Amino acid sequence: MCLAIPMKVEKVEGNPDDFTQNQIATVNMNGIGKQVRLDVVDRWPEVGDYVIVHAGFAIHSLVEEEAKKNIELIRELASHMPEEMLIAGDD
Amino acid sequence: MKHLDEYRDKALVKPLVAELARSVSKPVRLMEVCGTHTMAIFRNGVRSILPEGMEIVSGPGCPVCVTSASHMDAFIAMAEMAGVRVTIFGDLFRVPGSNGSLAQASSRGAKIDIVYSPMDALDIARNNPEDMVVFLGVGFETTTPAIGATILVAQREHIDNFCVFSTHKVIPGPLELLMQDPDLKINALLCPGHVSAIIGAGAYQPFVDKFGLSCVVAGFEPADLLNGLILLARQVSENNPRVENLYPRVVSWEGNGRAISMVDEIFEPVDMEWRGLGVLPLSGLAIKEKYAHFDAQKRLDITIPESGEAKGCLCGQILKGITIPPQCPLFDKRCTPANPIGPCMVSSEGTCAAYHKYGRDD
Repeated sequence: MCLAIPMKVEKVEGNPDDFTQNQIATVNMNGIGKQVRLDVVDRWPEVGDYVIVHAGFAIHSLVEEEAKKNIELIRELASHMPEEMLIAGDD
Repeated sequence: MKHLDEYRDKALVKPLVAELARSVSKPVRLMEVCGTHTMAIFRNGVRSILPEGMEIVSGPGCPVCVTSASHMDAFIAMAEMAGVRVTIFGDLFRVPGSNGSLAQASSRGAKIDIVYSPMDALDIARNNPEDMVVFLGVGFETTTPAIGATILVAQREHIDNFCVFSTHKVIPGPLELLMQDPDLKINALLCPGHVSAIIGAGAYQPFVDKFGLSCVVAGFEPADLLNGLILLARQVSENNPRVENLYPRVVSWEGNGRAISMVDEIFEPVDMEWRGLGVLPLSGLAIKEKYAHFDAQKRLDITIPESGEAKGCLCGQILKGITIPPQCPLFDKRCTPANPIGPCMVSSEGTCAAYHKYGRDD
């Protein structure tokens, strides 16, 4: 099961090129600090970035703006639609 | 988390449903190959809003479901060996082999621990030095790098009583074989979100080139899914198949280089048996000779039996997208989540489990 929810990085231990030490980030999950491994993350995260975690390992890191950019794409797609389609529905 | 709520925003989703209906002008028969997509599609009611002319088929995207009865039998036999403690991801516990499951072995006294991460299995090995702790490696590209990294940590920390039974599988090759099946008639592919995070969106270009398949990589939120369906419908309508990446916040064109290097370091391609699909060439990953010390099959001298599938179970056909669960004579009769016969009913991501839980409006 893939967990798509990005978690905010609060602390980073180790460095990306040194596999002789632990490569660990502490992330915030519902207010609780949790350690995840950084051994296979695509881009080494900074504190304040987000990571996508699979089986205890971060597989992708993203800055908050990247997540927001994607929302803009969706909004843009919606903006090409007729106005009556954009009226918010709550059903 | 605010930005996630926005993806679930109904004000965003409603116009997308309307746009989807407008976008389908030619029949779209699309396959998804990701258990999380299977569940997200059902949970969000996407099937109920599909316009006429669009059909969604679930392919072999659930790693537990494609684990063969032979492998399950080998897992169970190994769990019952003296001095062995088996660690697994939870979904595997109740999957039947040809004669019982790991759950039944556990009730007979086999030592089986359910873990969330392979690193937890390493902790169990540290805490149980008298046992050989075996992690049952079941999963696709998203999971394999984590297992490889765990093996490297075990080596570095000299944890001698830890090894992995690798039945890891890769997605693109088997999918290509599946697409050669003329009965399937798939013209669009909803590419898996997190497998693609590792292998990259570029891995689907061959499907465009060889099969003229429309390919879109999408995430798991309703707006992600609906946008994915819209883009696939447009590609089919315009007869312009290509790879589009709708999940750039997680997936790049070239994939996760560090994870790919990790897998290349530890594993090598090998022929692998898939439930329902048989042995597919170079569709699995075995532990390289260099790391044989962490290969459970070598450490414990395991042979994999040739086991048959349960009689009457159509999981094989369902995994290929040829049959849907209500067409199986066992579905919701002899085979239910409480008493599953095939793996597609056991796994929380299985197609049969999804049809059982969310109804069969298909």
